[in-house]
Order: sequence, then structure tokens, then C-alpha cells
Amino acid sequence: MVYLDNSATTKPWQEVLHAYQEAASSYFGNPSSLHKPGVEAEMLLNKARESVASLLKTKAEEIVFTSGGTEGNNLAIKGTALEHRNRGRHLITTTVEHPSVKEAFSQLEAFGFEVTYVSVDREGRVRPEDIEKEVRNDTTLVSVIHVNNEIGTIQPIQEIGERLKKFPKLYFHTDHVQGAAHVPLDLHAAKVDLCTISGHKFHGVKGTGVLFLKEGTVLSPLFHGGTQEQTYRAGTENVPGITAMAKALRISRQRLATEEQRLCQLKDYLIHRLQEMEGAEVNTPDQGAAPHIVNVSFPGLKPEVIIQELTKRDFHLSTKSACSSKLKEPSAVVEAAGLGPARAESAIRASFSFDTAEEEITELLEIFHEIIPEMKKVMGAER
Amino acid sequence: MKYDHILIRYGELALKGRNRSDFEKKLKENIQFTIREHPSCKVRRTYGRMMIELNEEKPDPVMEKLRHIFGISSFSLAMKAENEIEAIKEAALQAFLQHEGKKGTFKVSARRSYKPFPVRSQDLNQYIGGHILRNTDEVTVDVHHPDVEVVVEVREQGTYITCGRMAGSGGLPVGTAGKVTLMLSGGIDSPVAGYLAMKRGAELEAVHFHSPPYTNERARKKVEDLTKILTSFGGRIRLHVVPFTELQKAIHANIPSNYAMTIMRRMMLRITEKIADIQNAKAIVNGESLGQVASQTLESMHTINEVTNMPILRPLITMDKQEVVEVAEKIGTYSTSVLPYEDCCTIFLPSDSVTKPRRDKAARFEEAFDFEPFIEETVKKVETLNIGSEEESADQQMDDLL
Repeated sequence: MVYLDNSATTKPWQEVLHAYQEAASSYFGNPSSLHKPGVEAEMLLNKARESVASLLKTKAEEIVFTSGGTEGNNLAIKGTALEHRNRGRHLITTTVEHPSVKEAFSQLEAFGFEVTYVSVDREGRVRPEDIEKEVRNDTTLVSVIHVNNEIGTIQPIQEIGERLKKFPKLYFHTDHVQGAAHVPLDLHAAKVDLCTISGHKFHGVKGTGVLFLKEGTVLSPLFHGGTQEQTYRAGTENVPGITAMAKALRISRQRLATEEQRLCQLKDYLIHRLQEMEGAEVNTPDQGAAPHIVNVSFPGLKPEVIIQELTKRDFHLSTKSACSSKLKEPSAVVEAAGLGPARAESAIRASFSFDTAEEEITELLEIFHEIIPEMKKVMGAER
Repeated sequence: MKYDHILIRYGELALKGRNRSDFEKKLKENIQFTIREHPSCKVRRTYGRMMIELNEEKPDPVMEKLRHIFGISSFSLAMKAENEIEAIKEAALQAFLQHEGKKGTFKVSARRSYKPFPVRSQDLNQYIGGHILRNTDEVTVDVHHPDVEVVVEVREQGTYITCGRMAGSGGLPVGTAGKVTLMLSGGIDSPVAGYLAMKRGAELEAVHFHSPPYTNERARKKVEDLTKILTSFGGRIRLHVVPFTELQKAIHANIPSNYAMTIMRRMMLRITEKIADIQNAKAIVNGESLGQVASQTLESMHTINEVTNMPILRPLITMDKQEVVEVAEKIGTYSTSVLPYEDCCTIFLPSDSVTKPRRDKAARFEEAFDFEPFIEETVKKVETLNIGSEEESADQQMDDLL
């Protein structure tokens, strides 16, 4: 099997699953309980928190464990907007956000908030000065994705953060889900107040995530109940999942240190070969993109058909964001980048992991060369 | 060239005669224990100094740990150069350039402990100062109030260059003043008392009174955590957990409630003294502060103290609560101490305790019941934890999962 849909989810590493299993059976207590198993579970939870905090170069108190990216984004965005609604009801985001961000803002619009969607250039990148221009006296939150999940563009988070420093009452959130393993962000240097991470995107297990909450940031919680996670996220902590996530993040950072170069070369190789291919249009920018995402369009072809054909040959890719790939709509990101409807309707994404090998990419290219001309004949692409 | 050593200085006051080598040996041990997570660091004793060879370890985490070790008056990052004038000039320039902070004015203070070195100290100052001046901009010499003092020490095995120094914790190395038993409750005061005792060189045997099922695992864990925090100031600490339930029940059943607290304290002291004897400790330390609560009036202390003739040290005796809290926050015990779990002092606390108990009355009440067998039995059942080593293996298990 060649699995190239790592931006949708990754395969948990064996040692991560082992840690999960061990934590689930040996530290099964409720971390809030007063008895010994509870105390031990709490100790493990605290250690996992410290480990994640040190990998992210934050303080342990700034880590809130969540169920993943969607919850982190919703908590960050709605939590901030609602908490500060008496000070202002204007929010800023971009046109290339993940659905969990976009939909959270839509709901806030329905609640009477005003949202400005800042557009992007042809590489899918937002200009920091465009964001700054939209800031008003009643703006309470700016949310910008760090690495685009569909085409891999890296947004200038640090520059945006520096510009927003002039507005000390404003909160700055970034969806760091695609960046956590491959494009680490220095949260304090980037002046980020809130940052979302998801464990299953770096070989952890599903249902785990982190919301970084800079010291002094207050939120209105989405779930009410106990006092877990400083009351920002009530509910018994997923100790085995969190343990597994901490381990996966640590291993990811180690592998990034030794393999970033290799991944970049692999990505450049795929991009260059695709650029040479007739009928293919690469949507991922050459420069300033993550090392693990390549997005390509075959205008005139239906991407679902290509995906089907690939999966038959045991190659597994996806169309756009997994969260929206079942909807037969064009890629909103490719569209927002102004690359035209033909490209937006036919985009395919290959996303690597640290385990992706060069032979897999070579084989993928061979299959493309074999099936794409064939399909064009049948589907009459040359209109 | 970069900073590759840490030079550690210690006070001279306590160093007389044979003391000196005990003091240095203990300090070296404590440093080695505290920086054990940096195994490439080598600690060496040299003429009234301690020197850490970093061997590629990052200096900041090591220095952070050094700040907590008692017996160190100050320390500096140091660069080592060959005993050769050009090498010394270059190292001094590099040390100056890599030193943080303002670089407006400087002076060079060279000392030549290794007399065969051909250049005299005065000349060294001039050569090195000149070299720095020639290779920097907007920097001038000020011999009276320099922003940076470049200290150059020529020794037989090499020349060490330092710029600036960081203050250490002072005090005496833990272990040089012998052993004491610390009555550790889990509140704010007793860990601070332990810290202050350590500061004067005392090695701690912590004693905690635990009354399951009335006090729970978390209360006990809290005390283990506090003990662990105290170990960061120098060395392992044994924690003796005293199963206190049976004795407390007996007090509750046999003593008038207004004297129960006083008698309970007397029992605790008797047990602590026995543990101290077994552990060869020569004093008891507690967190009492005059007049803070009913058990800490002069009359109470007088009555409670009757049962032992071992010295009871009370480092907090004259401190206000706020002063104690400040220290607790500084040493990192406060947030653990305020976790809300019942301890054995609050669980059976009667509301009508006397604030001015009398020795004769207390003794008479104690006659109502034969407590000795209870005390003997309790001491036998004391559970001893080696905080800082056994703890580490449980820790290691968890770390492996992460």
C-alpha cells in the first residue's frame, strides 16, 4: 500500500500505539480521582503536558488538551469571540481556512458578529499588510491558518503577529494543524495568543489535540462541567491519547531534524516532474510551502475518478481537505487563489509522511503518465 | 571559540582547617547530583574553586540548576585558553564579544597564579585591553566603574576568562551541618522551614504524619512532591511516612477535646524524636511561627516541647505569613502546598483547643491511657521513601511512555 493522504490523517507509529496501550491499561484511573490510580494517571498527564510544552517551547500552564483540530479551532475562535463580545464584534480571517475555522466563523456571523475574509494571492498566501488594514477598534480576533491543508502554502504568521502587536487588545489565533510536525512555529516569536494542533496528523491517535493558550488569555469554554484543563475544557482527560500524542510529537520533531531535507527534495522532485507533464497544473507554490503537501490539477478530469483509479492500484491520495472531500464542490482554496474553476474542480493532493519513500513517488508518477492520457481520451478533456 | 566551562566560587567564611575539604567534597557531590541529567559535564575541584567542564552541554540549563545549590556564592561562564599570550588575547576578546548585555565600558583584571608564566599581570591587562579595543567599536576602558569586567586568571593548567558573574544561593552545602528531621505537613510553612535548614547545611530526613483513610493518597502525594522540590536544593531526602490513624483515634477517644491537639503534637514529637534517633539526626526542624495558630503560642510550644530534649529548630519563628509565602513562591513549593487536601492536623481538629495549655495538665491527661505501645507500633510501621532515587524509577517508567 502506498499511502499519500497524510494531511488527512497519518498512520499511528507502533511505539505510539504501544504507549497508548500501556497508558490505557496501567494508568486507567481518572486523573481527577483522589485514590492512587487517579493520582498516578494525573502524574502521567502532567508529565505529558510538560513534555508537549517543552517541545512547543511554551509553559505547561499554556497547554489545554482537546479532542483535536476541530475542537481546538472552535474553542479558540468562538471562545475568544464570545468572551470579548462586549468589547467588539468584529473578527478577521482569510478565504483559505480549514472548514473547522470557516464554519466556526459562519456560526458567529449568524450570532451577529461581523467577519472580514481577507483574500490571498495566486499562491494562496495572505499579505500581512492586508490583514493589518482590516483591523478596527472593535476587532477582537484574527485567525490565520499556518500551513494550508490543501496546497501547503505557509502563511507569514510571524510577520502578521508582529504587525498585530500594535493592537494589544486583539487576539491572534493560528491553525497550526498541518505545520506542527513539518513546519514548527516559534509561538512566542510569532506573537501568537492561541494555536491549534491535532495529534493524528503526526502519527498520534485520533481524538487528541492541543490548544496553546498564551498566559493571560481568557476564553469562554464550549463544554461546561468539571474544572479540567483550567475549566476551558471540562471532561475527563484522554490520558492514553494524550500520552500517545506527546510521544508522537517528540518523535516527529526528532525525525524532522534529520529528514526535513529529504522530504523537501521529494516534494520538489514530484512538483518538477508534474510541471513537465502535459495537462497537469501544479497548485502548490514552488517556494514557501510545507515539505509534505503537493497539490496538482488535471483540468477537465474529475478528481474522484483519478482517486478511484489510483486506489484500485493501492495508491491512496485525496482530493481536497478530507473534511470536505465528500462534497462534490470545487476546491475552495484553489478557487480563492484565483487559479480558475477548471483547476479548482480537478485538484488532487498528495501528502507525505516521514515514512514516504522516493520509489513510491516514482511509481505514482508512472501511474499518472499511464492513466491520465487514457482518461483524457475517454472524458474528452480537450474541449 | 565559545564558553566551555563554568567557574564556581564559594564563600570562605566557613572554611577553616579540616572543614574545608569536607565542605568542598560535599559541595562537589551536591553539584554532581543536581546536574546528573547532564552526564557529559565534569566537576573538578581546583584551588578554592569548583570548575565544570561543559563538554558540549548547553550552559543555560546547567546554570539554572546551579542557582539552587547551597554553598555557592557566585558562578560565571568561563572560556579556557592555552597559556600563551596570543591565545589569551583572542579568548578574552571572544569572551567579551559573547557576553550579554551593555558593552559600553570595560576593564581587564588579570591575575597570574601560575608564576612561571612570563607576562606580568599589569602587562597582561594592557595587552588584553588593547586587543579588545582594537577589535571593537564604541567600547572604552573604565577602570573604576566598568560595565563589564573581563577577569583573566592564568593557572598552571590553562587560563580562564570570565565576564560577569551570577549570584548563587549562598549558605552552606547541604550535608555539611549534619542531619535533622523535618516535620513536613504539606502546608506552606514546613517546606520553607526545611529549605532554610538546608541553607545552613543541614541534611533532611522528612517526617510526615499520614492518617489513612482520613487523609488520602493525594495528600501523601503532595508531600512526596514537596520533598522532591526540596531535593533540587541539594541531594536526596528520605521521607518517613508515619501511619498515624490508630494513635489519633486513641487520642480522640481518651483525651478531652480541648487538649487533644496539644497531646497529638506531643505524640508527633515523640515519634519524630524516635525516628531522629534511628536516623542519627541531631535536631528536629518544624515550620512553627510564633503566635500563628493555637499550637504555636509560647504556652503551647512550652507544653509540647516538654516531651523531648532534642533541639527543636524553628527557622520561621519570627516570620509573618506573608514573608513565608514569599519564600514558598520563590522556591516553588507554594502552588503544591495550597492544594486542598486534608492533612492529619485538620482532620481531627477540635474547635475548642486551648491556646494556653499547661504541662502538668497535659501530662495528667496522658496518664489516662498507655500510649507507649501505640508509639512503638507506629514507629515500627513507618514507611520510608527515598525521594530522588526510587521516585526516579517510577518517573522513568512514565518517561518511557512519552
